[in-house]
Amino acid sequence: MSTKLDFSVLLREDYPRLIIEGIITMLQLTGYAWILAMAIGVLLALLRMTRNRWAERAVALFVEYHQNVPMLVQIFLWYFGVPTLLPDSVQLWFNQRHSEFLFAIIAVGLCMSAYISESLRSGIRAIPGSQMEAARALGLSYLKASRMVILPQALRIALPTLVSHTVLLFKNTSLAMVIGVAELTYATREIESQSFHTIETYLLTTVIYLGISLLIMAGGAMLENRYRIKTR
Amino acid sequence: MIIDIFHILRDNWTLLLIGQYPNGPLGGLAITLILSVAGLLLAFPVSVLLALGRVSPLAILRAPAIAIIYTVRGVPLVMFIFWVYFFVPLLIGTTISGFTTMLVTVVIYEAAYLAEVIRAGIEGLPKGQVEASRALGMSYLQTMFKIVLPQALYNMLPAMISQFVSTIKETSLGYVISVNELTFAANQINSTLLTKPFPVFVMLALIYFVLCSLLTQFARWLERRIARRRSGGPRVATAAVSDNAAAAITAA
Repeated sequence: MSTKLDFSVLLREDYPRLIIEGIITMLQLTGYAWILAMAIGVLLALLRMTRNRWAERAVALFVEYHQNVPMLVQIFLWYFGVPTLLPDSVQLWFNQRHSEFLFAIIAVGLCMSAYISESLRSGIRAIPGSQMEAARALGLSYLKASRMVILPQALRIALPTLVSHTVLLFKNTSLAMVIGVAELTYATREIESQSFHTIETYLLTTVIYLGISLLIMAGGAMLENRYRIKTR
Repeated sequence: MIIDIFHILRDNWTLLLIGQYPNGPLGGLAITLILSVAGLLLAFPVSVLLALGRVSPLAILRAPAIAIIYTVRGVPLVMFIFWVYFFVPLLIGTTISGFTTMLVTVVIYEAAYLAEVIRAGIEGLPKGQVEASRALGMSYLQTMFKIVLPQALYNMLPAMISQFVSTIKETSLGYVISVNELTFAANQINSTLLTKPFPVFVMLALIYFVLCSLLTQFARWLERRIARRRSGGPRVATAAVSDNAAAAITAA
């Protein structure tokens, strides 16, 4: 503790490679999970808008489950539980293709899709019904009215929560460490246990996480400014 | 599969509920709840201070509050657990238990998130509240503690319950440093049974689901009730001080 910080330690052995590979895995995980979460989130929000009672209930249950169960537990269920239900041949296929990485994407993506669908839904609900009526009265079809009138406004309203959910998704990829995905947190623990330079290792990783989170927040703020509807 | 879950529950319910207590340390759901309640209660005063700093007109108070809040919001919880795990013992000179590590982490983490909730409550109040209070001769601090905070905290009760749900979910990460809480207990069961990972983790998910969705429902009910009272609907006879203040201003 009394010794001075020595960041050159991190350049020894194959630490730089571990860190860089960790960052790449982390970003891949974030990217794939984000795409999955967005795709399913949009689908769920649309399903909920159909006013079909069964579809609404199913989506509500999906959202409740994913918001009320810790993501760590969801990751365990996907990684340890779900494969045992699959036929052996499928299990083999998964195991040959880094199943931990695939299941981490599925678990993180599905969990965040629930959050994303909720923020899209509240964006859509914030648009007064008269907007749709006016658009329809002007002769737009339901789909056109949704796409050209409702969604552009709803997305602007949902943008701040979408950005904070993106940050949340990014932070939560660190949980993939528990099932052995070699992302940044995993790499950090490896390096720490080999080098014993705890402060340097954790400081570097913390700064990387914080930097990327702040970048996402700043990007979101930029988008908000750019697409703000100017009133008066 | 449902039968499997029942069997596992029947054979292990004490382990899941209280761990090895009375013959060993307390664990399971009891520790999860103790961690969450204690974490949130200890985080509350810190979060009020952070929120006041965040909305303060003085940059010297605002800057550190913003720095703390953004750092916590930008770094994964797991990283904080490791920081506390390695550095609190270095700072105080003795080792601390996994439970204490997790408690300290939860307090730091939740303080920042609760501060944002409270800030939203403060900024959600009409400006007239502060103006009227200042016009009546109250100082800035009096205004904050007697007019703004009581209303902001009351309005934000539902959001705080949601934050409690988040805290319960976050304590599952105690597993990473072997805190003997619910997720850890389920993993113990899983490694003794070996062949039943799916039922074990479905059961674990269901326990969290029941607990957290009940709390979420309660938060929603409370939110509707508060919204009704705020919108000037049927007033309850025991109107809070904040209601009187609001009425005084609309009357003026």
